[in-house]
Amino acid sequence: MNNNKVLEVKDLEVNFRTYAGDVQAVRGISFDLYEGETLAIVGESGSGKSVTVKAIMGLLASNGYYAGGEINYEDINIAKTKEKDLHSVRGNQIAMVFQDPMTSLDPTMTIGKQIMEVILLHQNVSKSEAYQKAVKLIELVGISSPEDRMKQYPHQFSGGMRQRIVIAIALACEPKILIADEPTTALDVTIQAQILDLMKDLQQKIGASVIFITHDLGVVANVADRVAVMYAGRIVEIGTADEIFYDPQHPYTWGLIGSMPDLDTDGDLYAIPGTPPNLLRPPKGDAFAIRSEFAMQIDFEEQPPFFKVSETHQAATWLLHEDAPKVTPPAVIGKRRERLKEV
Amino acid sequence: MDYKDREVLVEVKDLQQYFKLGRHGVVKAVDGINFKIFRGETFGLVGESGSGKSTTGRTMIRLYKPTGGEVWMKGKLASGKIPKEDIAYVNRNMQMIFQDPMACLNPRMKVIDIVAEGIDIHKLAKTKEERRQKVIDIIKLVGLDEQHLERYPHEFSGGQRQRIGIARAMAVEPEFIIADEPISALDVSIQAQVVNLMNELKEHKGLTYLFIAHDLSMVKYISDRIAVMFKGKIVELTTSEQLFAKPLHPYTRSLLSAIPLPDPITERTRRRIAYEPAKEHDYANNPPSWHEVEPGHFILANDQELAKWVALYK
Repeated sequence: MNNNKVLEVKDLEVNFRTYAGDVQAVRGISFDLYEGETLAIVGESGSGKSVTVKAIMGLLASNGYYAGGEINYEDINIAKTKEKDLHSVRGNQIAMVFQDPMTSLDPTMTIGKQIMEVILLHQNVSKSEAYQKAVKLIELVGISSPEDRMKQYPHQFSGGMRQRIVIAIALACEPKILIADEPTTALDVTIQAQILDLMKDLQQKIGASVIFITHDLGVVANVADRVAVMYAGRIVEIGTADEIFYDPQHPYTWGLIGSMPDLDTDGDLYAIPGTPPNLLRPPKGDAFAIRSEFAMQIDFEEQPPFFKVSETHQAATWLLHEDAPKVTPPAVIGKRRERLKEV
Repeated sequence: MDYKDREVLVEVKDLQQYFKLGRHGVVKAVDGINFKIFRGETFGLVGESGSGKSTTGRTMIRLYKPTGGEVWMKGKLASGKIPKEDIAYVNRNMQMIFQDPMACLNPRMKVIDIVAEGIDIHKLAKTKEERRQKVIDIIKLVGLDEQHLERYPHEFSGGQRQRIGIARAMAVEPEFIIADEPISALDVSIQAQVVNLMNELKEHKGLTYLFIAHDLSMVKYISDRIAVMFKGKIVELTTSEQLFAKPLHPYTRSLLSAIPLPDPITERTRRRIAYEPAKEHDYANNPPSWHEVEPGHFILANDQELAKWVALYK
């Protein structure tokens, strides 16, 4: 990992028009993506993590629009770029792997044709060259007898195999940025493990930066260099994987980590009460305050800014303000801090 | 307590569930499994998709007619031709919680009627007021409120709907509940709420659960004993501590090595074990059978394998 920025998201806001009014799905988020790193974005459903990456791909649903902010990739601002100018970027320099490999592949087209389609569209090569490239890609993602596989249809592949093909298509043009939206959620654990290993391996080979969306903290711990935690359309905490897992600062991150048992958990799980807010009318202040036992008066009134914990670690919680009372995080988190000290 | 002295609540004997596939094919979704569930315990059933774990639960509660084998509950037959006098007992005391909290609630029924359906069928309430009061008690037990009674399922969030599903199962005061992936459709923070609720109910009401899931860390957390299924067969069965401390069957070891843990330090040093049944087993000449290697720890293996695997921990 180095410090060359490949993507910069600045104060991004995305809204969706609905009959009830505008849903503010993403409410001003900023982050940078560096060359060769894996940034994981975690959060619950409705936190805005998928909308964020769809906005980066320029793939918002027809009722969605950019309400503010910038997405800077090389010399363009994706939020302001016209659809037809995006074609050279999307699928070529920024590629995406979706959650469900059955719906992202065309059931009426052979696998070979689907891979070649991408290559022929973005690269100036002949059909036979594209064929050779496609065969190599199938081999690369660990599928045997690639030439026979080229002629087969998606239904002849298992779920894990299909996801390998989707990855092959995403990597066909050696993108600078690979976005993976819950790529292993539909798969069994042993297959998931294989796909994660494959993705890490390929990332090193082609040197791409990866944005990895998931709600599974176990997967995050496995793949991520850095982690951004999203809640109610905002990033509440961002830092290196170690900082987020062993020294989290935001009460929501505490709850998220505490509510997942590891193999030594005894007694009650640390559950977060209540449910996420409705983003039609987002609450004032810290959106998590109403569910947080650590909330203070100011949390209900004013949105907390980012407080710096270290060079790489920031959290948006008033608890880090110098005037805030010292609070003891839940026992699970205390244990995690100890664990980091041991190592 | 020695497991042999414990009271057996549910016993599954040689259960088979085959499905016809086209004219000639047969899928052996559950292929002759045996286990006992003790009163007051949570029995976890894990496996990957297609292993037959959900089919086992669904066959036990008679959503399917088993191809072979029997289910017994407290010495009463609970599958196939159940004696007339036992039917009401079995129906009432075995209940189910489903995976998808939206699909399992009738969208046209109010919460009060959903929860009271079992009460009506089993005639547990004599008057309308008593019926309402019973529903209120249960709904409060699962963390909902009287004001929710007249609402319809679509007005609730996923976690709340799952609570309604639990309330419906609890309404007839069953002894045994089959929970088929009750939390996998829920968000992480809501999962913990539902799991804590299930544990509370178990303690207060002395419930017994069959907990079917694929999330191993959650299964370990909630279960007393765990059975691991692979392709319609149980390959290993033991207490949850023992299973994680001394996994014997190569499939169990492979499964355990793949669990993602929210712990970057462990994840960095993780070694995954692959499992390829074709390479691993030589069952053509030497078919496997069910062995008890230590009290309460069972595996499916043939003699050579048995010796080899037990030697792993010597």
